[in-house]
Amino acid sequence: MKKGINPARKRIYAKEEVCIGCRLCEIHCIAAHTKYKNDLVKAFKKVAKRPLPGIIVEERKPISFGLQCRHCAEPECVKACITGAMQKDPETGIVINDKARCIGCWTCILACPYGVIMRDISERKIASKCDFCIENGTEPACVKNCPNQALYTGDAFDEISDNAKITGIEGRA
Amino acid sequence: MSYVIIGNSFAAIGAVEGIRKHDIRTPIIIISDEPYHTYSRPLISYYLGGKVPEEKIYYRDKDFYEKNKVEPILGIRAERVDFDKKEVLLRDGRRIPYNKLLIATGGKPITPLLEGIEKKNVFSFIKLDDVKEIEKAAVKGSRAVVVGASFSGLKAVEALVQRGVKVTVIDIMDRIMPRVFDERASQIAKKTLEKYGVEVLLKTTVEKILGAEKAEGVSLKDGREIACDFVILAVGVRCNTDLVKDTNMKINRGIVVDDRMRTSIPDVYAAGDVAEGYNFIEDKYMEIAIIPNAYKQGETAGENMAGAEKSFNKGFIMNSMPLFDLSVISAGLSSETGDDIRVKTVFKEKEDVYKKFYVRENKLVGYLLINDIDRAGIYTGLIMSGEDISLIEENIGEDGFGFISFPKEARKVKMLKGWSV
Repeated sequence: MKKGINPARKRIYAKEEVCIGCRLCEIHCIAAHTKYKNDLVKAFKKVAKRPLPGIIVEERKPISFGLQCRHCAEPECVKACITGAMQKDPETGIVINDKARCIGCWTCILACPYGVIMRDISERKIASKCDFCIENGTEPACVKNCPNQALYTGDAFDEISDNAKITGIEGRA
Repeated sequence: MSYVIIGNSFAAIGAVEGIRKHDIRTPIIIISDEPYHTYSRPLISYYLGGKVPEEKIYYRDKDFYEKNKVEPILGIRAERVDFDKKEVLLRDGRRIPYNKLLIATGGKPITPLLEGIEKKNVFSFIKLDDVKEIEKAAVKGSRAVVVGASFSGLKAVEALVQRGVKVTVIDIMDRIMPRVFDERASQIAKKTLEKYGVEVLLKTTVEKILGAEKAEGVSLKDGREIACDFVILAVGVRCNTDLVKDTNMKINRGIVVDDRMRTSIPDVYAAGDVAEGYNFIEDKYMEIAIIPNAYKQGETAGENMAGAEKSFNKGFIMNSMPLFDLSVISAGLSSETGDDIRVKTVFKEKEDVYKKFYVRENKLVGYLLINDIDRAGIYTGLIMSGEDISLIEENIGEDGFGFISFPKEARKVKMLKGWSV
């Protein structure tokens, strides 16, 4: 296990009530996945081919929130992956796509019910997603750098609730 | 005491991983007539197209068997199963005893009744060995006829074009991907294929493969003849039940299983393309020949073989197919079967974006997306959860569809706790 928090039972959650849609989470996520992990300016000025952010910011004013891979206990993307590139690390619980083996067939995009796997078509087609900043061994960059603490890490809920359904809930967003 | 799995693809690997959730000790034997470490069959088109070399076609790491205490018996066919003695009989005469057996023998190509089919250079497109033969014939500048414009036929077409082969693809139906596409979707795909120099012939069939010893052309029902150097037959697969065909195991088109993947014979399970699992959108037991289903059925079988009680009754058809620069994703129902289906379409002609949704009793039961596939899985989640979508039906298919389109509470619970299925 790398230093820092043990992400095995953690997930990143959003508080839409305090998200202001500034998208700094995207910026910091991108930087954290370049060689200039802690230097936004260098990451954006010196790295020609920057990665996609692993977080999606959904926005429809006045509401916004960030959403990234849930690192599910029973990951649909892993079970659907046709190459075996998408795997859940048994030690960390993090779902990682082995880019060297991914062929960009987008079956994971078809399978993921959170819609948090992106198409990276900058060179070869590959699926791109949140890796919980596992390589950096620290709190994920999006969480660490959110100015409003609209993103936080918390325990993973594996139980599912009937309250998740659209009906049976009063009111609309 | 041991588990025996016949088959070495997605369902078989799912079963190993399912067994190992509950039982890390008991040995597992995997038997396959193919001599290869577990590999991904859909990658054969990428292998043929020069995108994935043979050493990267494996489905699980090279140490997978060792790590999971699996003894692979590869390159040897299982001939028969003696259900009374609980033994698998191998072609080399060996008898492999089992306590729990999984049959995961997959599908086999449908061979059409076609004069000249026995000629050389007439290929199937299912296994690694098929493409190892095809690549010898598919040299730059050669000409190919591909019979069948469905998923696997089209992936063969794409791979051949990438090799510099001139391809004609033929289908008996009036559309490309007839089970998934309507006329408009077919037109979009046809345009793409033609842009890449592929000749598309619909509503016709090959009657005869021409040539002396090897295929030199085909003659069509309408009398036309097309010269070629080889033919690929991709008209579909059927359940490969050969191993158990003369037994008292209950078989329809595939092996009949319950939701725990048990067959009619005690201690014998079946999973993947060979089995008829429950399709909850169609509400019937049928073959669901897709990878996610094969894996989940295999995993379910494995868990039950290891003593857990686990059901899988959420199978349905879903596919993602990149074809040249086209992206296609479909799931669930893909045609208007019955009066109770509402259809919603979004079409952007300039961008070749086409989206089609099928709603039944206020539930999303199917969709097709062409060229705007991002976040498709949220729709898949709605199919799987089977929840009432009336409150968001107007938002389905809109640009930027996501959890923002959901009522606040439903969105929050889904994102914080997960979908309920």
